[in-house]
Amino acid sequence: MPIKHPNLQLTRLTDAVPTWAGVIAAEYLPEICQQVRDGGGRLVALWGSDARQQRGCDTLSAEPTDCGSNRDAPPPAPEGCAPPCQGRSFVLHVTLINETGLVCLHVPLAEAHPHYPDISHFFPAAARMQRATYDLLGLHPLEASDHRKWLRHGAWHGGSFPLRKDFDAAASRIDEADDYPFVHVAGQGVHEIAVGPVHAGIIEPGHFRFSVIGERILRLEERLGYVHKGIEKRFESMSLLQGAKLAGRVSGDSTVAYAWAYAMAAESIAGITPPDRALWLRALLLERERIANHLGDLGYLGNDVALSFGFAQFWILKEQVLRHNATLFGHRYLMDSIVPGGVAVQLDAAGKQLIEQECLMLQREVAVLRGIYEEHAGVQDRFIGAGRVEPKLAAQLGLCGLAGRASAQAWDARVQFACAPYDKLDVRMATYRNGDVAARVIVRFDELFESLRLIGQILVNLIHEEGATRALEKLPANGFGIGMVEGWRGEVMVAIHTDAQGNLARVHPHDPSWQNWPVLEHAIIDNIVPDFPLINKSFNLSYSGQDL
Amino acid sequence: MYQILKQIVKTGIKTETPPQSDESLRLLEQRLQQDILDVFGGALAIRMVDAGSCNGCELEIHAVNNAYYNLEGMGIKFVASPRHADLLLVTGPVSRHMEVALKRTYDAVPEPKLVVAIGECACDGGIFSPAGGGESYATCGKVANVIPVDVAVPGCPPTPVAILQGILTAIRAA
Repeated sequence: MPIKHPNLQLTRLTDAVPTWAGVIAAEYLPEICQQVRDGGGRLVALWGSDARQQRGCDTLSAEPTDCGSNRDAPPPAPEGCAPPCQGRSFVLHVTLINETGLVCLHVPLAEAHPHYPDISHFFPAAARMQRATYDLLGLHPLEASDHRKWLRHGAWHGGSFPLRKDFDAAASRIDEADDYPFVHVAGQGVHEIAVGPVHAGIIEPGHFRFSVIGERILRLEERLGYVHKGIEKRFESMSLLQGAKLAGRVSGDSTVAYAWAYAMAAESIAGITPPDRALWLRALLLERERIANHLGDLGYLGNDVALSFGFAQFWILKEQVLRHNATLFGHRYLMDSIVPGGVAVQLDAAGKQLIEQECLMLQREVAVLRGIYEEHAGVQDRFIGAGRVEPKLAAQLGLCGLAGRASAQAWDARVQFACAPYDKLDVRMATYRNGDVAARVIVRFDELFESLRLIGQILVNLIHEEGATRALEKLPANGFGIGMVEGWRGEVMVAIHTDAQGNLARVHPHDPSWQNWPVLEHAIIDNIVPDFPLINKSFNLSYSGQDL
Repeated sequence: MYQILKQIVKTGIKTETPPQSDESLRLLEQRLQQDILDVFGGALAIRMVDAGSCNGCELEIHAVNNAYYNLEGMGIKFVASPRHADLLLVTGPVSRHMEVALKRTYDAVPEPKLVVAIGECACDGGIFSPAGGGESYATCGKVANVIPVDVAVPGCPPTPVAILQGILTAIRAA
């Protein structure tokens, strides 16, 4: 059992990664958070759901509900664990992780003024998640230090909450300028540089407010939420298979990771395990996604320090990987390749051979380029020491994924919670402790070579057999499941709640960028403005994934 | 330096022949005169705006700059300010939070200007919008709901070749 508390009864979910779930009263939430944090654990995700129309847990009401255009939707009755039936209205969900596995706490909240104790002093990363949960559902963290809006700008008014089942889009509509109270830095010689939302490059939109003295950055404040397009609300009107397509488009660069996490959550609810061959193929796709993204980033990191040679070379390699993806799997970025229940792609002997040759080519070429990067004095001068996040700070703020591993945070879901087929692969985790741009570059190189090695092993295990996998089309009623996959950026989590009809009542996709964006604000302190693009790129965080 | 030069020589030239323009992608009638198009065709400046995409289309727009498609080799380049741009490349369903920013960016581009919408979402709202290019509490749907669009390139995401085709169609006479 991952955590012990007298008022918490945990039930093991049938998940590919070790996961437990349980119901806990809001008053005990801080104790549990403290216990997990003191034991070296972290916060993975925090979200809420509207369960006001839940009629009861054991009887399925067949009568139509009177909720206007919204579908009837009573969410979480976590499998096996006693759901909070009485006074059931809103539920806060908090997923924590420690060395044993994932724990999802369901915290029932009162219908009138739903509130819960702030947990951001245990996990600073919770702050923005709590603010977003307020914007979307009106769940209020008591005594939190920051009550500013986060995902809401000026498109709907503050008293209406889009993820409530009775949300009326037309009546809530406003058109006002986004008036956001940035923190001002005062003092002699301090001035502000406002950047975005439209950036000077091919990047997603977001606003950065720098307070600087000369070139030196005193403070950076991020304002995100510009690409909020109502993804979570969209899920609620979709079938399981449509939802798989949407999950693959939460963040286009991590489509495999999201689709797999979504499938894993669905399979957990249905209590099925996909065929071995499908799992091996998923791992192959995930590692190919990692390789393509790392190649692209390594190219851009060279470009950002004026070595355009690096961009040209790495993007030639990336293009070759993408073209092979298109030839073998029908999509350059592998979208829609993974479906709940299995995979929608095949790989024959000729395809395996093509991948083997590609891996040999990449091994050879990337080794040459790594040598050039490492010996290039100009490149190393810009990389080393830029945007440093000390391991201590990284641990405190919960930095995760690739950036976390470059600051000695040894978490990799493929290692600690190796779901099939990673349990047969013995992944070698890449960690460094310098926490600067150079460390994040080294981690990318190491992971790239590791992925090539893993692909070699995957191909050996991928036995050729005909017969398509059967896609899962419908889920059991009142289910709850979680999937977590180590994407190239970090751990991607998807939670699914089904209603009394087995439809999607609530889907919450969680991007590791939630944890890492706030850390970028610290990484940039005392660096100079011209190094910001480089440092930002070395994290390469998702806007769409966190804006939802 | 020797290693870099050696690698460049070894890599050789990867650039492929660019695609032809495709009239079926055009939404608005070509408004520019041939002589202006000749000037644009020789040196076009593009400002890219992500108005709410999932970042998939951006990956392919990056790829247009790689050695295989070599956009800059055709005299077409991405610029940092809309005031330097002749053409806007817009992705995504337009999120309500980006609506004002997109309109302002459009207004900042000097006349004559062109707009190319990139990707399924930019063409009809895509998977993020209710059926029929519809709006939701968070999105305005397709780009044409917010600013005039000359050429629309479908695909999720469109391939670099399709993106090139879209751009070339916008600057060729009908």
